Formats: sequence, structure tokens, C-alpha cells
Amino acid sequence: MTRKIPVVPCSGIGKSLGAAAREAAYVLTEDLRSDKTKVVALALLVMGDEEAKREVAGGRAIAIDGCKLECAAKSLASCGAANVHKIAVFDVVRRHRGLKPEGVCDLNEDGLKLARAAAEEAAEIVDDVDAEGGHA
Amino acid sequence: MPDLPKKKVGLISCSGEELPEGTVTRRAVRKVLETLRPDDTVTLCLPLFLAGGEGERAFARYYPTIAVDGCDKRCAALATEKYSAKPVASIVVTDVAKVNGCKAIGTARRLNAEGLRLAGEVAGKIVEETDRLLKKKPKSAVRESDRGKR
Repeated sequence: MTRKIPVVPCSGIGKSLGAAAREAAYVLTEDLRSDKTKVVALALLVMGDEEAKREVAGGRAIAIDGCKLECAAKSLASCGAANVHKIAVFDVVRRHRGLKPEGVCDLNEDGLKLARAAAEEAAEIVDDVDAEGGHA
Repeated sequence: MPDLPKKKVGLISCSGEELPEGTVTRRAVRKVLETLRPDDTVTLCLPLFLAGGEGERAFARYYPTIAVDGCDKRCAALATEKYSAKPVASIVVTDVAKVNGCKAIGTARRLNAEGLRLAGEVAGKIVEETDRLLKKKPKSAVRESDRGKR
């Protein structure tokens, strides 16, 4: 059985873009590519949880980050992911200039649209990985 | 010593994206920050400890922190201790759920009414700890009517 691609979103608790990153991970793993992706918690990687590290080590992974500090991408790299595909929500929002995301626990409508847009970009990455012959 | 805000308590939630309890930590912390104790608390971003957030590390080194974890892996508490200093208080959502008889709380993506009630209970615990740390009188603790609200 092919491994599902681990998706690690930013845990950002201070900004709407972090919340959009988190929501994007759910849209991707539950709505768009549920059979090929799964969420891995960033906090587990930060702590070096062995099970979480096994999920990401040596394979491809998708990081969805809310800000330029790219915590998710950095954590994946430090835990041994061989190829980290980055989705930067702060860049996605630039490509959708009309959107004004607000809220953290409850994103407004624009925040949800932004999350959907980020998830769709991530889904393209999943399809490319699939076309190349899978995750691991 | 870095120029840091005075008399604030740092709140660090695990935010665990895989579990509904992780979503409860986020909601509870935001509720305290936005509504219940906005003048007394700040949130610290857990992954920034690893990604090199010096501001986060410095704050947790010099100021009291409360770790709010979804499960007994206690990532927020352990990461704070590993990268800065031991949190003064540690709250675990599954413990609070047990005490309050909360069972099915929804999904990580969407909490149900029970999950929102649990977030209110956890927020109440955070307020109690915050007030204790700042030596506020018990009467300023969270009102019963605030518990369980979104």
C-alpha cells in the first residue's frame, strides 16, 4: 500500500493566515485528496515524536505555512523529510488580491476561500507526485 | 534582558491538528486572550520554539507560562521546557474532559456543541491559573456564565 503524503500545517494561533493554513490542510486531506494525504501534527514534529518522525522521514511531504518563518517546512526538514513541497499562504493571498481573511478560531468567508485556494494548489502537488509514481 | 511586556502570562497551546482536543486548546487560549483576560495574557507560538523564534523563547525564559495540551503527550509543556523554561502550569484537555464528563466533542476541523463547552471549561482553567500567577483575587476569576460560551 502506498504511504499517504503527510501534510503539516502551521499551528499559527496569532494570525488569520495561520488559521487559513490549518483549514487548508483539512480541505486537502478531507475533501480534495482524502485517499492520498493525511494530517500530521506540527507539535509532534517539534517535540521529535518518534511515530510522527517515521511518518515523514525519507519521503515527500507538504508544508502549509502561514508566515515567512515557515515553521512547518523547517520542522519537516529537520525531521528528515526527503522532499518538502511548500505552500505559502502569504503568497497564495497575493494571488487572490480581493480576499481579506479575518478570524483565527472562526475564519470569515474570505479566510475559508483562501484556505480552499491553498488546498487546491496543494492538491496539484499531490497529483504531480502521483504522476511521478507515488510518495515513497 | 530583552525588552518584554510587564506582568503578562504566556499561553502556549499544542494546537494539535490531528485531534479535536488540539482544536479545543486553540479555541480556549484564544478565548482567554480575546475575551477573558486580554490585558494579562499573550499567546506564544509553539512551533516557533523550534523554528528559532527568539522572542518566544525569551518570553518563556523570563515570564510565567501556561501550557495547554490536547493529550498526555504534552507537546506544548515539554517543548516549552526543552527550548526555554518549565511552564508554571500545565493543563491537559483530556483531563478536563474527564472531570466534566465530556465525550464526543466533534472533529479537529469542527468542534460540536460539546467541544465548544469543553473549550469554555478549559478557558476557565486557564483563567484560574492566570489569576493565581498574577496574584489576582479569586473574585476576578472567570464568571460561571462565561464557561461553555464560544
